[in-house]
Amino acid sequence: MIVQLTVNGEDRHAEVAGWESLLWVLREQLGLTGTKGACEQGECGSCSVILDGEVVCSCLVMAADADGADVTTVEGLGTPEDLHPVQEAFVAEGAVQCGYCTPGLVVAAAHLLETNRRPEPDQIREALSGNLCRCTGYGAVLRAIEAAREAM
Amino acid sequence: MSVETRHRIRGGVGESVTRPDGVPKVCGAFQYLDDLRADGMLWAATRRATVARGRIVALDVGTASAMPGVHDVITFADVPGRPYQGQIVPDQPVLCDGEIRHWGEAIAVVAADDPETARLAAEAITVDVEELEPVVDVERALELGDVFRHFPVRRGDPEARGDVVVEGFYEMGTQDQAPLGTEAGLAVPDGHGGVDLWGPSQWTHVDHEQLVACLGLRPEELRVHISGLGGAFGAREDLTLQTHIALLALRTGRPVKQHYDRADSFAAHVKRHAARMWYRHEADRDGRLVKVEARMILDGGAYQMTSQAVIANAATFAVGPYRCPNTFVDAYVVRTNHPPAGAMRGFGTNQACFAAESQMDRLAAELGIDPLELRLRNALEPGDALATTGQVVTEPLPTSEVIRSVAALPLPDDEPGDDPLRLPGGTGLTTPPDRVVRGVGYAVGIKNLAFSEGFDDYAEARVTLTADGAEVHTAAIEVGQGMVTVLIQIARSALGIENVEVVFDDTSKIGSAGSSSASRQTQMAGGAVLRAAEAARSAALALAGGDDLDDLGVWRDGELVMTLAELAERGPISEWVRFRHPETEEPDENGQGRLHVDFSVAAHRAVVDVDPELGLVRVVQIDIAQDVGRVINPVQLRGQIEGGIAQGMGWAIMEELVFRDDGTVANPTFTDYLLPTILDMPPVEAVLVEQPGTWGPFGAKGMAELPTVSVTPAVVAAIRDATGKALRRVPVRPEDIVFGDG
Repeated sequence: MIVQLTVNGEDRHAEVAGWESLLWVLREQLGLTGTKGACEQGECGSCSVILDGEVVCSCLVMAADADGADVTTVEGLGTPEDLHPVQEAFVAEGAVQCGYCTPGLVVAAAHLLETNRRPEPDQIREALSGNLCRCTGYGAVLRAIEAAREAM
Repeated sequence: MSVETRHRIRGGVGESVTRPDGVPKVCGAFQYLDDLRADGMLWAATRRATVARGRIVALDVGTASAMPGVHDVITFADVPGRPYQGQIVPDQPVLCDGEIRHWGEAIAVVAADDPETARLAAEAITVDVEELEPVVDVERALELGDVFRHFPVRRGDPEARGDVVVEGFYEMGTQDQAPLGTEAGLAVPDGHGGVDLWGPSQWTHVDHEQLVACLGLRPEELRVHISGLGGAFGAREDLTLQTHIALLALRTGRPVKQHYDRADSFAAHVKRHAARMWYRHEADRDGRLVKVEARMILDGGAYQMTSQAVIANAATFAVGPYRCPNTFVDAYVVRTNHPPAGAMRGFGTNQACFAAESQMDRLAAELGIDPLELRLRNALEPGDALATTGQVVTEPLPTSEVIRSVAALPLPDDEPGDDPLRLPGGTGLTTPPDRVVRGVGYAVGIKNLAFSEGFDDYAEARVTLTADGAEVHTAAIEVGQGMVTVLIQIARSALGIENVEVVFDDTSKIGSAGSSSASRQTQMAGGAVLRAAEAARSAALALAGGDDLDDLGVWRDGELVMTLAELAERGPISEWVRFRHPETEEPDENGQGRLHVDFSVAAHRAVVDVDPELGLVRVVQIDIAQDVGRVINPVQLRGQIEGGIAQGMGWAIMEELVFRDDGTVANPTFTDYLLPTILDMPPVEAVLVEQPGTWGPFGAKGMAELPTVSVTPAVVAAIRDATGKALRRVPVRPEDIVFGDG
């Protein structure tokens, strides 16, 4: 079937097979490879995108079910020339190592700060508890989100 | 006489320079292996063994090959060159050679138009297996004599006796590196019988050496390229999908891509060795070690991989960073029908550290001496001999200082209180706050830096001055650790030029930089870059007759005498260096000798809250003091410390790849293999002890493994302190806390 999506503000269409997830369509059909797949089970959060205002694991959303949806991926948050405050803070605070989990973390953190402008450290931790990072031990991630909160 | 007028360079050694790949990574623009694509590419999928041991009696790929969209299927018989791979001993079949030796072993690989077709075709391959009895017990493997390597240590008097004796048995489960990026790769045929390969690697040159042998290619027919990696931690030390996709590309004449799913990843890459260890410590009444005896058996799994080097580390660090005149160790790594074990952060020192530090705590209890005081009385310092190999420590080694420094940090004063987020087990139905018990534990670790045992360990780098800056060329691999930033900082400080870019060359363009492992690249690739940059600076100054160099060009007496563009036209200046660290030697028959070039030490303190009824643990805080030589990049160094601590803490309380009795893996998913989340990770305080070494750039020492090594025993010591339980096994499970021996 053909699905229609609004992705990062743009109208996009894709011919999808029944087995294709939203993650697959974003990466392989729409060329938005910033969103990563790492567990295929919704456990790691690497594939997080904002779908109609909610953070979801795009590996768990069937592309056919997303017909008509509004999707924001990491590419839609900022560009190298115009970084989102969360992106800027992640670089400055050393919250990026291998970076594979970073797009998912950045999406989840940006969504948190949009819905709660003054999150406490425990609220940040709770909001990011679905995003696994194997490199940083999360310390720099927490510091980056606190810095972004102050900057926004 | 030339006068040193060097200006202070921005972004040089000692600053928290941000990583050059940081912006692309936060924008989703950084190219990882799984983002690579090529026109007309096929997708590969792997058929794997579902049993731990068996004989393939029939293998039929006919149905799969005939499926629409399938272009090729390869099995063992199709490997054109040496059908076995392995960087020390090539004993791993490129594809199963008829006998399945571990769960998840690759049997056949399909190339098809799309990944779903490839997956369905791989499933359609018929594999008839006659199951055989697997060897799943390391002691049984030892009885059978199936030993990859026995490393003996015989030092001192076997009849020596102490006043007190402490014996213990310790066991550790299998850990997985679980890098977030699974294995992926792309192989592109060059149209002339050769192939270009991008694959998950920590050392492209050693991959190249194995791949040309297996593919039957001349060295120049294969180029192994470097691309973005989603973490490594040892998992990319050995080949996984590289041979398969390169072979499929050569056979089909089409680019071939593969991207493992998580179950493939758990099946394909090496693990951290599970271990069983028996220890006997003897000490005098003052707590000075008189004799240490150890017997350790590590589970090497089905193939050798890097097990031979891992067991040398386990054996030679069996006592920890302590003096002991009489040491006797028998360390074995054996073959079983578990998935192969190999490299993971710490590389054999972690297992020894857990057992040795557990013993030190028990010895302290037996003697009635404070555990830290006992460690200080035995601390290994420069001028002392390593208890195992007998080699004298000649570089700085601040063992006492790291112990004192971590102990001097303030302890957290917050009690659990009523906030359920602060209780072990979180917001579940857990014990009342007043029944939660707190514990504090310490452990000290030691790790060798760079390669040991006489290996010809070197790294190459080239520094080229360009019209507007400098390029650093290397085949050293950035796995996420931040080496790329460190190399830029070293080059800037040595050159005086700020505009420095690192270019990651393929195997045809530069020689080996060795592996990004063994805590070695800051010193090894960094050492090569430092010397190449110094040579390039000298050449530039000589060419222009100047006394200083910066981004504008060469200066003499404060006047610009030649711009970089003019230099590049006149030159070009390009300096290549092959850097070697001081020589090491192979052990003699008693495990004696200068096996290691250098060491580093760290001390951890863990604070935990335990629910003794449900056996749940919340780690409250972890502190560390670490010997780092000289800090190159404070923010990145802290990142290595916190990330390393998370991995070692994970092994202590939650991470284990669980084997069923039949040798198959029970939990090859992120649903069942538990990794620390941001809610599990406590705050970390770190003290960096800077005593510059003699051979690392600017005195720096490798540092990325130790944060993982001694945190595991520190967390377990804290749980013991809280509960009084013996806790001989890692990871500590709830039932060990509730029902374990005291």
